[in-house]
Amino acid sequence: MNNLQTTQTPDHAAAHGPALRLAGVDHTHAGGQLALRGIDLAVAPGERVAIIGPSGAGKTTLLRLLATALKPASGEVELLGQRPWSLTAGARQRLRTRIGLIHQAPPLPPRQRVITAVLAGRLGQWSLAKSLLSLIYPLDRQGAADALGRLDLADKLYMRCDQLSGGQLQRVGIARMLYQGADLILADEPVSAMDPVLASHTLGLLNREAQRRNATLLASLHAVELALEHFPRIIGVRDGRILFDKPATEIGPGELAALYANEQLEHTPASAPAPRVQLNIPRC
Amino acid sequence: MLNPAPVPRDPAATSRLLLTLLAVVLLWPGLRLSELDLGVLVDGSNADTMGSFVSAFLPPEHGGEFLVLLWQATLETLAIATAGMTLALAIAIPSALLATRALSLSALSRGGRPAWWTHALRWPVRGLLIVLRSIPEILWALLFVRAVGLGPTAGVLAIAITYAGMLGKVYAEIFESVDPLPARALLGGGASRLQAFFYGVLPQATGEMLSYSVYRWECAIRASVVMGFVGAGGLGQQMDLSMRMFAGGEVASMLLTFLALVLLADLLSRLLRWRFA
Repeated sequence: MNNLQTTQTPDHAAAHGPALRLAGVDHTHAGGQLALRGIDLAVAPGERVAIIGPSGAGKTTLLRLLATALKPASGEVELLGQRPWSLTAGARQRLRTRIGLIHQAPPLPPRQRVITAVLAGRLGQWSLAKSLLSLIYPLDRQGAADALGRLDLADKLYMRCDQLSGGQLQRVGIARMLYQGADLILADEPVSAMDPVLASHTLGLLNREAQRRNATLLASLHAVELALEHFPRIIGVRDGRILFDKPATEIGPGELAALYANEQLEHTPASAPAPRVQLNIPRC
Repeated sequence: MLNPAPVPRDPAATSRLLLTLLAVVLLWPGLRLSELDLGVLVDGSNADTMGSFVSAFLPPEHGGEFLVLLWQATLETLAIATAGMTLALAIAIPSALLATRALSLSALSRGGRPAWWTHALRWPVRGLLIVLRSIPEILWALLFVRAVGLGPTAGVLAIAITYAGMLGKVYAEIFESVDPLPARALLGGGASRLQAFFYGVLPQATGEMLSYSVYRWECAIRASVVMGFVGAGGLGQQMDLSMRMFAGGEVASMLLTFLALVLLADLLSRLLRWRFA
């Protein structure tokens, strides 16, 4: 179980300040539509946070900002003690090796084998020569097999990505992040294509992994009860603003009703079945 | 009174008619300017000349001595095409990597649109590729025959230069046409651009790149034949000699060899595509 630990160096520097900090962040989409406004957020190292909110609220944009996949129109972003947008391009790439983003539909080349897709998690830590060698002969079979084994996919090691189902692909994406061993784990709807049992199991695994390595975990989730069950801190996002930010134990039906107003969840907030998200996952 | 409702006029009719007219107006001067006159083909004396030229093709020459010569010329042609392609690839792949937008780091945080100044950096490479491919290989061959003398070297260099331009441009476009998300995800995880290329772009681009490269190799075989006429070695030079001696049978044997070579390239392409796409 702890085979991934050996290559991880705990980050002492980040233990002093927050793992991430956003101050007055605004972001506008290319189309001119405002996606996020006035976001202030601080998360301590090792904290585990779920982001919930109706579709189109800005959850994905928020996660992409934190993954440095987007540069905010204004405001300050600080990740793992560094300001990514005042770093040089090289230093920013080094910072990115410590940030792992789990995509809702993992972007994996269809013909790539699962083992290669998982090993790609450590490209940022590998030299070019090692990466090329690993394309010819997978160098860390054990590492990839362990990461996949924890997601119950050990038997898919040498299969091609286009032979997997949407839920299996999501787990390959998670396995890649486990293998990367990021200090800041960002997950965008990581379990949306899985059945409820598997989804709960996978979220539990992510949380244990984050706890074990004292990594910070932020996940956006559609299923409110999964968020309340697995995460100590919940952030509600609506219309590009943070509506509430409090411990899971203090979230009441009223707040959820306000968050999802006009949505089906309005009537039976906490106990409603997970909204059936119609997912169109491209077969990687 | 109970007339059936008239069928509405085809709304696209006007534009189609205009497009047809435009095509004729554009093509007609082309026919005039190229002085194409199909009448000369059936004109009595011309048809006789062509007929005697073609009838000399039969039977194809298959004497032992000639076959040895043909075999050597074929090997030389294959060697010219392959060496030319190898050199071309050595120029084309780095240029394509420099010219493509698919590996832009600045595009990562800008929704896929690279910053203007990184665009400006790509332009010189694109310009170089345009220069390389805009001059026909036969001109390069004439130039190199003067520089390095008669023989295959001139053909190899000519193919290398022209084909580097074509391959570089097409590779860069293939890299841009595949799904950009895998490469962007890798760049976002701290991978370098080359790592993102090998793990994110190449697995999606292999099939098309192989197919195009094999097709170009086939073209290189044909080009090396044409360049043989200006003294760049191989089957072309041999064919030039045979034609000067009006040895139709020899020309026919060489044409059959071409056919076999192109067939071979086609099979190879199919095999590679089946394996990699």
